[in-house]
Amino acid sequence: MKRELHLFDTRKNWQRLLFGFYVALAVLLILDFFIPRHGYFPWESYPDFFAAYGFLACMLLILVARLTRRFVKREEDYYD
Amino acid sequence: MIERCPPALLLVIGSLLIPCFKGRLKQIYLLALPLYALYVIYTIPEGAYWTCHFMDRVLTLGYVDRLSRVFGIIFALIAFLAVLFAMQEKNAHHMSALVYSGSALGVTFAGDFFTLYVFWEMMAVASTFLILAGHTIAARKAAFRYVLIHLFGGLLLLAGIAARFHETGTLQVGYIGLKGISSYLIFLGVALNAAVPPLHPWLKDAYPEATPSGTVFLSAFTTKSAVYVMARTFPGAELLIWLGAIMTVFPILYAVFENNLRRVLSYSLINQVGFMLCGVGIGTQLALNGTASHAFCHILYKALLFMSMGSVLQMTGKIRCTDLGGLYKTMPLTCLFCMVGAASISAFPLFSGFISKSMILSAAGHHKMVAVWFILQFASAGVLHHAGLKVPFYAFFAHDSGIRTKEPPLNMLVAMGITAFFCIFLGVYPEPLYRLLPYPVDYVPYTASHVVGQLQLLMFFALGFALLLLSGYHPPEIRAIHLDVDWLYRIGGKRFYEIMDVSWNGLNRGCERLFVKGLAARAGRFSQHGLARLTVLLAALFWLLSGYDKEKADRKREAIFLLYRKSAFPIGLSAAAATALLVLIFSLK
Repeated sequence: MKRELHLFDTRKNWQRLLFGFYVALAVLLILDFFIPRHGYFPWESYPDFFAAYGFLACMLLILVARLTRRFVKREEDYYD
Repeated sequence: MIERCPPALLLVIGSLLIPCFKGRLKQIYLLALPLYALYVIYTIPEGAYWTCHFMDRVLTLGYVDRLSRVFGIIFALIAFLAVLFAMQEKNAHHMSALVYSGSALGVTFAGDFFTLYVFWEMMAVASTFLILAGHTIAARKAAFRYVLIHLFGGLLLLAGIAARFHETGTLQVGYIGLKGISSYLIFLGVALNAAVPPLHPWLKDAYPEATPSGTVFLSAFTTKSAVYVMARTFPGAELLIWLGAIMTVFPILYAVFENNLRRVLSYSLINQVGFMLCGVGIGTQLALNGTASHAFCHILYKALLFMSMGSVLQMTGKIRCTDLGGLYKTMPLTCLFCMVGAASISAFPLFSGFISKSMILSAAGHHKMVAVWFILQFASAGVLHHAGLKVPFYAFFAHDSGIRTKEPPLNMLVAMGITAFFCIFLGVYPEPLYRLLPYPVDYVPYTASHVVGQLQLLMFFALGFALLLLSGYHPPEIRAIHLDVDWLYRIGGKRFYEIMDVSWNGLNRGCERLFVKGLAARAGRFSQHGLARLTVLLAALFWLLSGYDKEKADRKREAIFLLYRKSAFPIGLSAAAATALLVLIFSLK
């Protein structure tokens, strides 16, 4: 039987997706220098502030989640 | 006509007639009920309707203003979409779902606390049946815990209402503010339904156990009607800002490592309600508009996400990350709808979350709440992780689980399609929603600065996620459960029972051994044989002197025991004893 190939079964499509993603990231980083920023706090107008905060937020979230999990993880039948 | 049909009673009483219909007619009837309720709510002018006298009070079933109307509209709309999604379910399921939806409308339009309380409890009971309908042992146990917790919350609310009536003499629903014991009781009762920590675990405990379509109803009504009551009674309560901020953060930690995708969405629900309560706590016009619009958008995209996961569960029978993957191959439409919901909840520009959540953040910024602003930005980036990336990724992509299934039935797809349409429509064109909000809207979501800032926040968060996933540092999905506050009553309750059992029942057993079997038995034996033995002892002295042999002494002893057993003493002996007693008394005197 012929194995059906789907959208992400080929390496090429994955690479295309990742390439698009990286291009979008680069565009966002550069765009921020040309856009008049206005916000409620001074740091909102630093260029690429939100990019940095988003990336740090991810690292922090995963780090804290890993630590939390150590304490709260139990077997699936713990309550039975 | 309108005068005779409060939308709440329309759904509650209308649901009783469902068994009278069959086939296509039943489907039309089921869809017509919430649609008609939507029509009534949308068209009725502001004011107080459907008042009735009960005892010496006036009850109002229809207090319509801009705040109650916007919540009423979304409740009726989501009832329609959820009924469409749930079309395959049995009559009992439809009936409890419509009573539940109707009760939520009853709470929303209640003009007095008595009416509000009655509908509040009806909501708790009707929703329990949607969890029970899951028909598993886990569902039955979760439903039992769910109803107990909600009855407890209902009692807090009732006590608060009674105390408030005692203090103020009025039952009218309106601004209360946190002052005095009655207000705190009402606050606690409502906070329990809003899943405010540490009163939240009922939600993540029960919602994932309900039927695939039952969870869609559950996700809409209980928490959001509580948000509405908070916005009505406690706007500007500072406590709510901090409770809301906590609510936005801690569930995203649990959502990172939770394996059951419907439980991930339940944690995500708590996080989203956190944003709304934060808005209520800030309490300005912009913040309350933000709360109302976020509730509106959230109900739609959360329902859409639960619908897509419900479809996955229904078609594959599986809902854990560890069991799923690669479903985009066989459920492309469901996958697409799920991603629309995911983009909306993550607040990508052109999706509904973008135009509502940002109002609450702006309100926090406007008042220079630095810590709150940073927490909310962190949480809104964190939403992307679990609801935006994790849910679609592990269900539809990730590794291929080998499951080959097909799309859910047409009605489910249509329900998801309409909901997805609303998510995009409101994101692209928010004006119709803004016009419904409680206060005039002076807010422009689409500025270059806002769009780029939000996209940076989300995309670089996604970059972090991708890097961690590829490097293997991201916590892997494993079959496990994670302790939450419900440990206190699930295990703590069991331990408490055991400790009580050992201590009190131990005391009981000790007392029985000491008093019942010990002292009382001794006293009994003494009163039975004691005197006889004493007599035998005295008599033995005479027998010894008289030179009785053993056999004769035994006979005599038996005779004395018999005498005492029958209490048949010779009269002379009794008279002698009585005389001796009298002599004793007189001599002592």
